[in-house]
Amino acid sequence: MSKTLRIGSGSAWWGDRVEPAALNAARGDLDFLCFETMAEATISAAQVRARRDPSFPGYDTYLDDRMRAVLPACMKRGTRIVSNQGWVNPDGAAQRIVELLRELGITGVKVAAVNGSIITDRVLELTDTILESGAPTATLGNSLISAEAYLGAEPIVEALDAGAQIVVTGRVADPSLFLAPMMHSFGWTADQYELLGAGNGIGHLMECGAQVTGGYFSDPGFKDVPEPWNFGFPIAEVEADGTAVITKTPGSGGAVTLATVKEQMLYEVHDPANYLTPDVVVDFTTARLEQEGPDRVRVTGLTGKPRTPTLKVSMGCTEGFIGEDMFFYAGPGALRRAQLAKKVLEERFKIVKLDAEDIRIDFLGLNAIHGAATPADAPEPYEIAVRVAARTRTREEAAKVGREVDGMAVSGIAHTGKRVPHQERFREVIGVWSTLAPRTAVPATVRYFES
Amino acid sequence: MTKTVALQHVAHARSGDKGNTSNIAVFAYDAALYPLLKDQLTAERFKTFYGGAITGPVLRYEVDNIEALNFVCHGALGGGVSRSLSLDNYGKALSSAVLGFPIEVPDDLFPLLRGHPAA
Repeated sequence: MSKTLRIGSGSAWWGDRVEPAALNAARGDLDFLCFETMAEATISAAQVRARRDPSFPGYDTYLDDRMRAVLPACMKRGTRIVSNQGWVNPDGAAQRIVELLRELGITGVKVAAVNGSIITDRVLELTDTILESGAPTATLGNSLISAEAYLGAEPIVEALDAGAQIVVTGRVADPSLFLAPMMHSFGWTADQYELLGAGNGIGHLMECGAQVTGGYFSDPGFKDVPEPWNFGFPIAEVEADGTAVITKTPGSGGAVTLATVKEQMLYEVHDPANYLTPDVVVDFTTARLEQEGPDRVRVTGLTGKPRTPTLKVSMGCTEGFIGEDMFFYAGPGALRRAQLAKKVLEERFKIVKLDAEDIRIDFLGLNAIHGAATPADAPEPYEIAVRVAARTRTREEAAKVGREVDGMAVSGIAHTGKRVPHQERFREVIGVWSTLAPRTAVPATVRYFES
Repeated sequence: MTKTVALQHVAHARSGDKGNTSNIAVFAYDAALYPLLKDQLTAERFKTFYGGAITGPVLRYEVDNIEALNFVCHGALGGGVSRSLSLDNYGKALSSAVLGFPIEVPDDLFPLLRGHPAA
């Protein structure tokens, strides 16, 4: 009988907290620690930055922080690391990790870099249709910044099989980062789709870190969890048959309950019987959950179906600029003043001939978050921020938003509260579109380094 | 006899994003409350409740094994996370709107309600 595999989460996105990763490394008794650090537009944004700033190395900007926080404990315990912190430069990230290991006096550690996800130069040959719009991918033309395929677990498994202690990748599907250690440790193969479905289902529960241990969950009086300022990251105790217990770092806040696990099970899922990943199609509808102890939820019954012949590809495109600013009203009559301010801005945008693809003026405090879903009988708030945003083709047009909000200072209406601008109030938009590429056309390569 | 309560006493919810599509999943606080959701929270009523905030079709998946409904809402994220003019461009707060949806609850199920004075 194989031993239980302990896999912990080290991050759920680029901006995630570092301290719970350190706690998981120190106290989690982990066989593997996995880091997810990307969002949809991470690769495109990194490409843009790398072009403008030659000193940007192209990998997770928190690579040093995260690795310094976990390497000593991981190397002491023998915890292996799988991480997608390589972004557009997995080789660079691996070399930097080697440097950090040497600084700690740790030698002889094999670090692997998984490359091959970036297909910008050939994406228009490999793909046909934009999934969201149905238009041909060729219509993206010169706006295309970068394209990357979501690789699966297999190249990571190859690196682990070859003895890598640390594997750092570019774009890999989030759950696959967690599946790879299971395939490596239990000898699961790419055609064992029922086991792979269970593994990527568990990976899906883990990939958003604290979202399964009480994060993005607390609602006072309805859904309370202990110490919501001190969430631990999750740990999966996985068996060779694809069942697992989801738990968390000992001594941390938060909770692992049926409710936290259910919410995460459907997070970003469309058809729960057919959740597409590069490795397998996961079926969540056969899963059974059982609270087997405090902060311990047993997950059984997850399964899968054979993978599709294609890989998802994300394409980042330049799509102009967004100008954005806000100003404030409070007290009796806040709403009527905000409404007049909105009218003033609408007229001003005509006078300055703002050329925008879309304009939105909201009342934060009333309808800026839920928009048209705000109930018609919502009560009038005591304080309101008027928030204005416009999407434009050029930087100059986007800058008009902030300039017109400036005008509200002395040429606005009574009781207008306003900030003095200290930073640019417009930003570049990188739009993200999806398509499919044949998996055989996107081979991964693994490169090895040693400390 | 039945009384109408806000959905927040019957179920909890979480939203997730993919491009311009938001999935809003609704989870019964108790297995005995789940049939109320299935009967009353139809895809059509869900979309109507969100008003113009969802511009495309809404698909409803019944996830019986975890007593949940998953609403896949196309055209809910202002053109997509990256190009949206919405302050909450990921729609992370979008799932809270449905907590105000009115649900008729039979008196005998009132003890199962969460955070309700009659529970």
